[in-house]
Amino acid sequence: MSKGMYKAKAWGAKGGNFGILAAFIAFAAFPFYWMLMTMFKETRDLMNPNHNPYLYHMRPTLEHVRVLFFDTLYLQWLWNTAFVGFLVVLITLITAIPAGYSLARLTGKTGERLGIGIFLTYLVPPTILFIPLSKVISSLGLQDSLYSLVLVYPSFTIPFCTWLLMGFFKVIPKDIEEAAMIDGHSRLGAFLKVVMPMSIAGVLTVIIFTFTLVMQEFVYGLTFITASSRFTVSVGVPTFLVRGDVYFWGSLMGACFIASVPIAILYNLFVDRFIAGFTVGAIK
Amino acid sequence: MATVETRDIRKLFGDVKAVDGVDLLVKEGEFLVFLGPSGCGKTTLLRMIAGLETQTSGDILIGGQVVNDLPPRARKIAMVFQSYALYPHMTVYRNIAFPLKAQGFPGDQIPQKVEWAASTFGIGKLLHRKPRELSGGERQRVALARAVVREPSVFLLDEPLSNLDAKLRTSARDELQQFQRRIGTTTIYVTHDQVEAMGLGDRIAVMSGGKVRQLGSPQEVYNEPADTFVAGFLGSPPMNLFERDDYIAGFRPETFLPVGLHDTSEPLVTLWAKIHRVEHLGADRLLYGTMRDTFPNEKVIINIPFTVEMQITPGEVYEFAVKEKDIKFFDRSTGLRTEPRRFWEKRS
Amino acid sequence: MTKHTQSLADNERWLGRVMIAPAIVYIVALVGFPFFLALFYSVSNITVGSTETSFIGLENFRHLLHNRTFLRALRNTFVFAFVSQALVLVLAKTLALSLLKDFRGKWVVRLLILLPWVAPISLGSIGWLWILDSVYSVINWTGRALGIFGPATWPIWLGQPTLAMASIITVHVWRLLPLATVILLGGLTSIPQDIHDAAAVDGAGFWRHNFQITIPLVLPIMLVAMLFGVVFAFTDMIVIYVLTRGGPYDTTQVLASLAFFTGIDGGDLAAGAAIALFLFPVLAVSAILMLRLARRTEVT
Repeated sequence: MSKGMYKAKAWGAKGGNFGILAAFIAFAAFPFYWMLMTMFKETRDLMNPNHNPYLYHMRPTLEHVRVLFFDTLYLQWLWNTAFVGFLVVLITLITAIPAGYSLARLTGKTGERLGIGIFLTYLVPPTILFIPLSKVISSLGLQDSLYSLVLVYPSFTIPFCTWLLMGFFKVIPKDIEEAAMIDGHSRLGAFLKVVMPMSIAGVLTVIIFTFTLVMQEFVYGLTFITASSRFTVSVGVPTFLVRGDVYFWGSLMGACFIASVPIAILYNLFVDRFIAGFTVGAIK
Repeated sequence: MATVETRDIRKLFGDVKAVDGVDLLVKEGEFLVFLGPSGCGKTTLLRMIAGLETQTSGDILIGGQVVNDLPPRARKIAMVFQSYALYPHMTVYRNIAFPLKAQGFPGDQIPQKVEWAASTFGIGKLLHRKPRELSGGERQRVALARAVVREPSVFLLDEPLSNLDAKLRTSARDELQQFQRRIGTTTIYVTHDQVEAMGLGDRIAVMSGGKVRQLGSPQEVYNEPADTFVAGFLGSPPMNLFERDDYIAGFRPETFLPVGLHDTSEPLVTLWAKIHRVEHLGADRLLYGTMRDTFPNEKVIINIPFTVEMQITPGEVYEFAVKEKDIKFFDRSTGLRTEPRRFWEKRS
Repeated sequence: MTKHTQSLADNERWLGRVMIAPAIVYIVALVGFPFFLALFYSVSNITVGSTETSFIGLENFRHLLHNRTFLRALRNTFVFAFVSQALVLVLAKTLALSLLKDFRGKWVVRLLILLPWVAPISLGSIGWLWILDSVYSVINWTGRALGIFGPATWPIWLGQPTLAMASIITVHVWRLLPLATVILLGGLTSIPQDIHDAAAVDGAGFWRHNFQITIPLVLPIMLVAMLFGVVFAFTDMIVIYVLTRGGPYDTTQVLASLAFFTGIDGGDLAAGAAIALFLFPVLAVSAILMLRLARRTEVT
């Protein structure tokens, strides 16, 4: 091959790479861009098939957002999600932090197997469990209560977060705990006083992930809750903002955009730690 | 076999000048060592020759042909990495065969070539193992066999012995040199270990701050350092350097001996030093002290061979001497070698 | 000399057990127990309102195997999961490779690419519902404007069985691609640069480098990504619930959605549980693969 060809190939690879990225970005982000476009458009503008959908033919309007916040239960659903999310995060942290540490340090070979076992329960999906759980919830008298979700959601956040935390704890050098134990702490004291402060970033990651898992959950929410004022965002928007055949596209798109994008930005800040914990847990 | 030449080659990483204008000509069949502390640019220079980094400016020629735009695979080179970079998922056989297959070598001749390369390095029995089942020394041999098998015109080696333990390193060094002499392939070898560099190289390029400070035979760079950096980097312990007026004077620890031990008619310079501490290192005795009169209170290290049985007591002052020709002079502002001065005349 | 009795805080064996106990209890109570309940329901005739339940053996399963909607759902489940996973793997590998190099604004690119994964899928699906709308679809408008669709062509994306299936697969790919990419990216960055350099010096071109070096080295982690993807795609009902509700005429029904419509909407808990249990063999196989993989990575 001539030198020119090698050079041309190198440039081609660069341009090709750029093109590939642009195509993927368009695919991934287009629905969100489209939500943003739609939420400020007049309904008459949206519903005219002759209008170029990429342009505004009328002045952008805040009407859809106003309807969403003041004429629907959207705010209530956001609040419900936050409420459930907060309690689930709490329960998850209380159970998963000690469990993760126990698996990382205290249980040895048995713990390794137990850890994999716990992780595997994450593979048992709500789709198998929602039918028996609906019966369990109703016999506990929790149907139509947010507490049904608070009770059930940890069943999938605990396995996942235990696994993640185990990964985070494993990379903390053992020497540090041993030094603390020689300096006069008990094993438990070393964990609380030395390991925990070093794991703040890991715990923060777990909080974010638990919260996103709660936000994304749909099947249990749809099964256990029927009263519209007690929906979470992910269930309320697709079931209740669509009334029969009437789609309020502007408000609907606004609801989706507002609930999706902020959490995505937050999540993005932690995704590297998430992957690190995920793979460390698998390899070490 | 080929020559390797770099012409005013530079590499910037952001604002950092990793390689700052290097002109080099590696002769055919030569064993050239890039020697320098970490961060001196030696590895970057090697990687640019390999085509793994693109130079910011300047030309690289292999066999007289400019290869600036050629990818590594088109440069007819082989490289051994510090980590060996063996493919962990392939057996030793497939590791060695990989470059042959990649270059479209006729399939029926591959087994024979692999056998040859493996037996050259005594790893013929390991062909079915995976890299993780090998010891450090065995991995190093596999890396060498993989480099040799394609019969490249230039060998590039990036600290290939640094992951071996001390004993193994000595024997590997010996084998490596014998092997290079036998096949006579132009070789560039990067290291921070001066013993390796002195032992292996036909010539040594001493590097610092992205520049080649001195290029010469091991004897030249050791005995006639071009500047204070080379003088201070080579030798263990390094050259004693004393600042005075506008110049720096220096001599090697082993040239500064108790005055009666010089058995020579060459002119000597005598100096007094107070000894604080004595270290017995087996073959050598190191004396740590401070100079008197000419360089008051300057620290000095003296290296006396163990064959000298003279009693030396810490706290005492002794008279030492060094041959006039063993004293080197450097410009104080530039650090470069200058003409000899005669500081000792001032004393009388 | 004071005698130090070993308290719980120092006894590693017991401390280890006590610390892990709450998690185990929770999981047994809310995953293990319901799972066995599901097994029991599937061989009973329980309904939402029923007070008495009796054992009817494999009757529910026998019923299902003669039910055409169920068989269609079973087939769809596999088609959706495997077609979308195959696409995800190829695309994720391509995307991860082009994200491997550092460039300015990389974090924005990554944020945009991660959006579909982080956003609640039910909401993302609504976005697609609007994009694929029968009258106002932006795809159709664009196609016509660019002259790709003739004046007589106006695909009803969610209304025609084949198109509806393709749409659902697209949304699955859209949704699962980010996770697979990020996991693969983690695997790719863990390959030492020296290995890539060695391959470049050894003369490997693009294809050889990819298929003989890179892919074999990320294979274990690629399998992890794939297992996750399969489980997600296999058990998901949200996309179908939002986009088609299983329609048109149950042609896009999958096991998960059918279980929901039968068990919860229809009130036939026993049949619903039986349908959902058909997911179990695939999950079991996934779990076994996962275990073997974990063991293999331990060895290396």
